[in-house]
Amino acid sequence: MFSVFKIALRAIRRNIMRSMLTMLGIIVGISAVIVGVSMGTGAKAEVDKQIASMGQNLIIVFSGSSGRGGTRGGFGSTPNLTLGDYEAVRREVAGVSGVSPEVRGSAQVVAGNQNANVGYYGVSADYAEIRSWKFTSGDNFTEADVRNAAKVCLIGKTTSDLLFGEGNDPVGQIVRIKNAPFTIVGLLSPKGANSFGSDQDDVILLPYTSAMKRLSGDTMFRSFNIQAQSAAMLADVQTNLTELLRQRHRIPEGAESDFAMRTQQEFGEFANSTNEIMTVIISAFAGISLVVGGIGIMNIMLVSVTERTREIGIRLAVGARGRDVMRQFLTEAVLLSVLGGLLGIATGCWLAPLLTKFAGFPTLISQGSVILAFSVSALIGVVFGFFPALKAANLDPIDALRYE
Amino acid sequence: MEPVIKLENFHKTYRNGAMEVKAVRGVSLEIRPGEFVAIMGSSGSGKSTMMNTIGCLDRPTDGRYLLDGVDVGRLNRDQLADLRNQKLGFVFQGFNLLSRTTALENVELPMLYSRPSIPTREQYKRAMDALGLVGLAERADHHPNQLSGGQQQRVAIARALVNQPKVLLADEPTGNLDTRTSIEVMGVFQSLNEQGITIVMVTHELDIASYARRKIVMRDGLIRSDEPVTRRLQAPEEIAKLEAEQRAIQLH
Ligand SMILES: Nc1ncnc2c1ncn2[C@@H]1O[C@H](COP(=O)(O)OP(=O)(O)OP(=O)(O)O)[C@@H](O)[C@H]1O
Ligand SMILES: [Mg+2]
Repeated sequence: MFSVFKIALRAIRRNIMRSMLTMLGIIVGISAVIVGVSMGTGAKAEVDKQIASMGQNLIIVFSGSSGRGGTRGGFGSTPNLTLGDYEAVRREVAGVSGVSPEVRGSAQVVAGNQNANVGYYGVSADYAEIRSWKFTSGDNFTEADVRNAAKVCLIGKTTSDLLFGEGNDPVGQIVRIKNAPFTIVGLLSPKGANSFGSDQDDVILLPYTSAMKRLSGDTMFRSFNIQAQSAAMLADVQTNLTELLRQRHRIPEGAESDFAMRTQQEFGEFANSTNEIMTVIISAFAGISLVVGGIGIMNIMLVSVTERTREIGIRLAVGARGRDVMRQFLTEAVLLSVLGGLLGIATGCWLAPLLTKFAGFPTLISQGSVILAFSVSALIGVVFGFFPALKAANLDPIDALRYE
Repeated sequence: MEPVIKLENFHKTYRNGAMEVKAVRGVSLEIRPGEFVAIMGSSGSGKSTMMNTIGCLDRPTDGRYLLDGVDVGRLNRDQLADLRNQKLGFVFQGFNLLSRTTALENVELPMLYSRPSIPTREQYKRAMDALGLVGLAERADHHPNQLSGGQQQRVAIARALVNQPKVLLADEPTGNLDTRTSIEVMGVFQSLNEQGITIVMVTHELDIASYARRKIVMRDGLIRSDEPVTRRLQAPEEIAKLEAEQRAIQLH
């Protein structure tokens, strides 16, 4: 077995230039496989991370109707979720571990001589927990703060850095939001950009009561964030929520709801569907390169069999069986394609990080994709090397010996 | 003693489309262990065809060929390959060495295909022994293009001997060699034959045939004569004579 391998390696080395050119198709194809798969996994990992950063077992209720797959949550429609709705949800829906309403606005925020335009969220005390916000410093505001519409707020890292300087702890400081002074009680740990590319850390969170009373004057909510106690309960919670809100909004049987609901998983599916198109395109490219590469190998092996007809004749004459000759040429073809595959894997592993660095695509090279690429290259060697090897094995010893 | 090679009414017909060439047309022949047979005959008389069959590279169209009692005509491709590997050694006119491998690797070649397989160490030892037998042990690492014609032919002989065959077959083994190297090769053959190896050799040259013990002449696919060699030549004597002649020429 070892000697078969040695002979094959020697045959490849003998025509190193030709072998390299033959491998080129495989190298291109396999590196495309590696890069393509790494882009797919990278994007998916990124989306998964962001979805996870939203919180766990999350259901979002948006005001405004929207057919499935239509506008996301009826942005721009007038908020129609009431305080009563919120309290009813808190009170009546079982299997819920946290509920927060959401009012949004943006305002000029001033701290000392720094100022910035910041989006603020008016939320309940559950919100930080629901959305998996951690605290770098300080802590969440309390239920009492919510009841009292206290002038307290939580600040995101980007906003804090902007107003108080990079790395400074803003807890205990005062910021003026629309001229109203708010005390910062907590600095949120950073989350990075979300799946739509905006910075989640450029934010101020404050009790919804404070936001409604002191900043926006809103009386209705744009959305509710609801956390189910477990993934298994998601569906039940969704059903109960729908029933409750339809009842409260007096929606007749069969009519469309004036609110919409999305689970976290649905956001993930949406984001991943765009990645899939990319993956399909790259896979098609990789597939074509691999077939072309395989045909290249077949061609070179046929040339090699013809060139080495006398050698084959000698081997047969001294007692090689057909399958010995077959194994020799098959080994050579597989070695050729596997070497191409390894070079392709190396090229791909080198290209993928460059792609991230210069084009900003998230990439992730998984062990699985390397194993896949390696197996595919070996398979190509077997498939495209088979016919030439069979041709060699079936040569007549006398004809082969006499071949000029 | 039982014949090691036995042809019974052996026919070989080549068919190329409508064309039919009757290369051998009914040869019966027995060769016993320890014989040294030279086959002669004009070009196209069927010598190579017969040798190829004896060498199990081909099968009879008609008649029977028994090698060591085994009916070769009934064997399949793989079984023929095994016979070539185990019982036969072939030396060709064109040396037919693998040009990009060393003398040693060329000699090891048949052992790569031996069943059961031979351990690498044993392969090396046997190949070196075979090279020693033809006086080329110190050239083991040389490639064929670094060897003279006679040396290449001796490597081919070593390769033919390495699996300790019953029969050594040679189709025009001296066809590409000068007189002196031809005699040297005959010397190797004669000493192998002394050690008991059966040799069948095709040659065009009458004096080369005279190193054998038995001479068969073919014509038109049939054996025309089959007789013992009467005035047998001995390679060492002939080389001595040749050297004496060369010295004489230089003295003049
Ligand atoms: N593969 C083949 N197909 C058709 N005819 C063949 C084939 N091989 C040999 N022949 C024919 O068979 C006859 C015998 O050929 P063979 O090679 O046995 O002759 P030979 O005695 O070895 O001749 P030489 O001394 O020239 O080598 C010739 O007429 C040749 O043309
Ligand atoms: Mg011939």
